[in-house]
Amino acid sequence: MQLDSLYQEIILDHYRTPHHAGLADPYDVEVHHVNPSCGDEVTLRVELDGDTVKGVTHDSVGCSISQAATSVMSDLVIGKPVSEGMATYEKFLELMQGRGNVEPDEEVLEDGVAFAGVAQFPARVKCALLGWSAWRDATAQALATQGAANEGVKNA
Amino acid sequence: MTTTRTFSSPLDLQSVRADFPILSRELAGGFPLVYLDSANSSQKPRQVVQAIEDHYLQHNANVARAMHQLGAEATAAYEGGRDKVAAFIGAPNRDEIVFTKNASEALNLAAHTLGAALKPGDVVVVSEMEHHSNIVPWQLACERTGATLKWFGVTEDGRLDLSNIEELLTENTKVVALTWVSNALGTINPITEIATKAHAVGATVVVDASQAVPQFPVDVSTLGADILVFTGHKVVGPTGIGVLWGRYELLAELPPFLGGGEMIEVVRMTGSTYAPPPARFEAGTPPIAQAVGLGAAVDYLSGIGMDKVAAHEHAIVEYALEGLKTVPGLTLLGPTDAKDHGGAISFALDGVHPHDVSTVLDTRGIAVRAGHHCARPVHERFGMQSSTRASFYLYTTPEEIDALVDGLGFVRSFFKVD
Repeated sequence: MQLDSLYQEIILDHYRTPHHAGLADPYDVEVHHVNPSCGDEVTLRVELDGDTVKGVTHDSVGCSISQAATSVMSDLVIGKPVSEGMATYEKFLELMQGRGNVEPDEEVLEDGVAFAGVAQFPARVKCALLGWSAWRDATAQALATQGAANEGVKNA
Repeated sequence: MTTTRTFSSPLDLQSVRADFPILSRELAGGFPLVYLDSANSSQKPRQVVQAIEDHYLQHNANVARAMHQLGAEATAAYEGGRDKVAAFIGAPNRDEIVFTKNASEALNLAAHTLGAALKPGDVVVVSEMEHHSNIVPWQLACERTGATLKWFGVTEDGRLDLSNIEELLTENTKVVALTWVSNALGTINPITEIATKAHAVGATVVVDASQAVPQFPVDVSTLGADILVFTGHKVVGPTGIGVLWGRYELLAELPPFLGGGEMIEVVRMTGSTYAPPPARFEAGTPPIAQAVGLGAAVDYLSGIGMDKVAAHEHAIVEYALEGLKTVPGLTLLGPTDAKDHGGAISFALDGVHPHDVSTVLDTRGIAVRAGHHCARPVHERFGMQSSTRASFYLYTTPEEIDALVDGLGFVRSFFKVD
């Protein structure tokens, strides 16, 4: 149980100065996710441009791990195709569930590699995934709305 | 930064701790376990575990319906647990003790059965400092029946706000459900005083004693409650068993909760009649070995003396409050003096989230709880999303409190909030 491996300087930096914090307009979908077991909460907005993530902003209360993970997640998905963001999530999830046995891919996860140590603290994994779950939910809703709108255009 | 403060307990802590092997464990990094999470779940003495082991290895069978020798032994063991629990809380009648799965199920039982008589216009009163398990079942009962849920607020110093008690307790008030000791604030509430006023308007009084029964002597015959619940695993007993005590006359008129075996009198396809209490409320195979373990647990506590346990808790709380007040940037949630303060203390540390506090303490072997402790409304009352909670029991030592205070100093330096 190495504290320094959990609380890497990168994580503490993101915690102190979270990127894309503060809810911004315009946006397509806003979601509010909570971690019922501990009370962490995140409100997150997503704006898509076609199938590209144009913007993600968030407002959250929570621990250093959840706040920093949401900050890093925003950096990782903004400007990327949704499919690439979802693939990055899968990589991050694999790292979190790897109990410390997964070698993180810095090319894909960038600052996210700093969370490798979290995998050794099973109670904290859900903290690192809160922002991701909010982003995936908001994005899925935005895509569904887009799809419905397109259907509407076709049907018109 | 450990200071030498006075501490005096009537318990021989060394001999108490020898009964709890887990307390001698060494955790990762060679740190000795400092278990400060007993309000969450208490540790178990050898005597309890041995009673459960002996039951399973020598006497195991189903109860009541098994007509053989082992069945008789298992039934005697299970019912013996009921006798012991009845004596432990001063119940005038053993049939007033209903075994449930846990305190939450006991509160749901109360809300379902008392809720059956609720109608629009009726009022159920709870408080803002309740555990979720004494809020949600009543919210559900009110949704089902059209009754209205109202609640006592909490004062700035963490006490129950009784200033509007006359408005809350009227002839429309049918149920008053309150915690005796707050699991988040540690506040000990004046149950008898409130019960007297509730009875004056004809309301039934339900008491969540989950944090009370573990900590001080309880006598339901003089308390003033109509129903009182607690859970086994917080009184050095096993998980999987809770207790609902109710005045017999009240239980006798309540409808069943769960249907199934053992709670019936006669079952016909056209309808059934129900057994008298407590069987009416114990559908299916009950927690048999757990009742044996709970019996051993209350025997253990009685052997030590609940008055001594209470005196020890008070001394530890006083010592802990003094120690925590020396930590810079620490804000106590709830009462800041040891008077009417149960064995749980919640606090916030400036600049460090409770999860981070608990993780850092955990790497030093110190187990505390972080979060809203299933009491979100009271955190909201104090403008907090969560807190860190240290809670104590008959085996907690002043040295463990010192370790906590030192650990919090380390947390502050680790997160550079000095």
